[in-house]
Amino acid sequence: MTRNGYYYFAAMAALLLAVGFGQSWNVAFGILNLCLISAVMALGVNIQWGYAGLFNVGTMGFAALGGLTVVLISMPPVAEAWAAGGLGLGLAVLCIGATVGAIALVRRLVPPGRRRLWATIATVVVGFILIRSVYDPAVERIEAINPAHTGYLGGLGLPVVVSWLVGGVVAAGAAWLIGKITLGLRSDYLAIATLGISEIIIAILKYEEWLSRGVKNVSGLPRPVPYEVDLISADWFSAFANWFGGDPGSTASIVVKISYAILFLTVLAIIMWLSERALHSPWGRMMRAIRDNRDAASAMGKDVTRRHLQVFVLGCAVCGIAGAMLTTMDGQLTPGSYIPLRFTFLVWVMVILGGSGNNWGAVLGGFVIWFLWIEAEPLGNWLMRMITLYMEDGSWLKQHLIASAAYSRLILMGGILLVVMRFAPGGLIPEK
Amino acid sequence: MVLFANFVLIPGLAYGAQLGLGALGVTLIFGILRFANFAHGELMAFGAMATILATWFLQAQGIGIAPLPTALLALPFGILATIAMALATDRTVYRFYRRKRVMPVILTIISAGVMFVTNGLVRFIIGPDNQNFADGDRFVVRVRDFKQATGLNEGLAIKMSQVLTVGIAVLVVVALFWFLQKTRSGKAMRAYSDNEDLALLSGIDPDRVVMIAWVITAAIATIAGVLYGLDKSFKPFIYMQLLLPIFAAAIVGGIGQPVGAILGGFVIAFSELSITYAYKKFLTYLAPEGWAPEGLVQLLSTDYKFAVSFIILVAVLLVRPTGIIRGKVL
Repeated sequence: MTRNGYYYFAAMAALLLAVGFGQSWNVAFGILNLCLISAVMALGVNIQWGYAGLFNVGTMGFAALGGLTVVLISMPPVAEAWAAGGLGLGLAVLCIGATVGAIALVRRLVPPGRRRLWATIATVVVGFILIRSVYDPAVERIEAINPAHTGYLGGLGLPVVVSWLVGGVVAAGAAWLIGKITLGLRSDYLAIATLGISEIIIAILKYEEWLSRGVKNVSGLPRPVPYEVDLISADWFSAFANWFGGDPGSTASIVVKISYAILFLTVLAIIMWLSERALHSPWGRMMRAIRDNRDAASAMGKDVTRRHLQVFVLGCAVCGIAGAMLTTMDGQLTPGSYIPLRFTFLVWVMVILGGSGNNWGAVLGGFVIWFLWIEAEPLGNWLMRMITLYMEDGSWLKQHLIASAAYSRLILMGGILLVVMRFAPGGLIPEK
Repeated sequence: MVLFANFVLIPGLAYGAQLGLGALGVTLIFGILRFANFAHGELMAFGAMATILATWFLQAQGIGIAPLPTALLALPFGILATIAMALATDRTVYRFYRRKRVMPVILTIISAGVMFVTNGLVRFIIGPDNQNFADGDRFVVRVRDFKQATGLNEGLAIKMSQVLTVGIAVLVVVALFWFLQKTRSGKAMRAYSDNEDLALLSGIDPDRVVMIAWVITAAIATIAGVLYGLDKSFKPFIYMQLLLPIFAAAIVGGIGQPVGAILGGFVIAFSELSITYAYKKFLTYLAPEGWAPEGLVQLLSTDYKFAVSFIILVAVLLVRPTGIIRGKVL
């Protein structure tokens, strides 16, 4: 990391301290936690963009998959739902496999031409009807079990931290499938395809209620850290809070946040160490060679597509872990909260500002952009109030300006992206 | 038959025309400037916003052209404002990268930044709420009148905005094709899109071609945005959601081919509607008595409406990336 990098990180720490003293420590630690999660996501995107030049605009989908895994791993199973619909679902999966196999068989056996096209279409149609006839009743039965509280299959009931790792694995699996299909495309087509695929993933999360309760959300996810209520009711805690100089309520909340911060920092440190080792290894040099001159690397015998797939899978796995951490901290899975703006494009601004190709840069970018995103609203409000101080109350312009301070975030983020790409394309901490 | 027409054919035509117009803009930029313009949805939003402001002004003055909506009268002002916006963006943002001849993916990232800024600007100026700015007659053919006229049980309604959409879209397409085929500038643009170096060698001025491309794109985007806003209503964030179906339409039809954009628009619109349409009533009419299907008989549930265009997009990108009408090769 460059010397400027140390200064930037120090400045970032100072900003967080300022928030702690100026606003509240609760807010400061809350921001810190989300900064850590954003840093992990930015790392994931940097692995794809900085190492291999892949423009993946679908990070939202993989983060959502990570969140889904938390539900699937750590929530208790709903026995009646499994009894009612498990068999039907299993049958549906078999039907899907059979249909895919039938399509592959048809395409191999029938010689290319009109007949093969019609045969494929016929197989798809028959398979679709078959699958739906098995799938729909099973799903209905599952969703009918106590829809207010469950109405879904539940999970495996394992500890939550396991779900983070598995979230990464699930995201990696999905990334392998998606990468196998789409990585042959040129960069801006890849962007559109990945954006579309992440929208499909979110749509499935929102509407397949038997899997994720859809828009009813899954709340009450188990936690790896103590609950605030438990802390407050513990005897030793009031003494601790008094010694610390705060009331039990907010101190409990701060302690919980610090515990999360320690967990997230550990995960970030592990991933960071692994990424740095990878970057400075022969593998990393090969990846950058492929990125810089694809044809030359290919001429030297490197299998470009396979390497791209590797990097794609790794980057998406990291995004999945970040998504799992986010859902754990939120305590609930909200499929409706996954909007491309907040997840995908914001993370891209983080990577570009921080320095694409540089892991420390990605982390710094994660911290800075998330901080700006959160603080932009109160700052914008304050700024607007200062500007309109001399206008009369109730004037249309004043009301309009103050109400619109909320959108200044968007303009700020877009502006940062444009300015950085134009005047400092290497970012805050450039690659070398 | 009437059911099909009312719920699939007519909305499909209108939606397809709107998507087709949007896709025309995207495909023009892709052909001439060679990058996927993520900010196109927001350009449409900006155009619609400018037209709405002009409409309000005209309505306040009491000027109107009943039974057509006043927005049509305000359209030229909206177009002018959007052209200015597009040219300003090109001058300040894109031109630098064009001169540097960067990779297309960099331009796409930049356009995402422009999308952010334009989105914030539009919300800043007009606020985030719904704006209903359609006036004039709402329906050309009402359900009641249709039932009386034909004596059928099912009704058919044709909204004014749907007629306008299809009509204006046809006009725009015809005008654009005339421009591209018959005028010198149009030929220059087609040449530049086909083979840039050869076109430059022939003495075609690249700055002029780019400028005309932005002017046309801004005009089409404004018209598309206004028509969509008249048909449904204007919400600043709806245009970002439209971006993916529009890209799907452009790619399905063949990137860089105007005919493809229109075709793609209709393909996407009809697929979306027919895959999520509830065929229950339809089958009830066709099938013998007592065979009424139990569920809604949808191929995919209505929730997946947006997902359908993405699925088609991904499928086309993988199976036939050049699109229906052979566009640019990847």
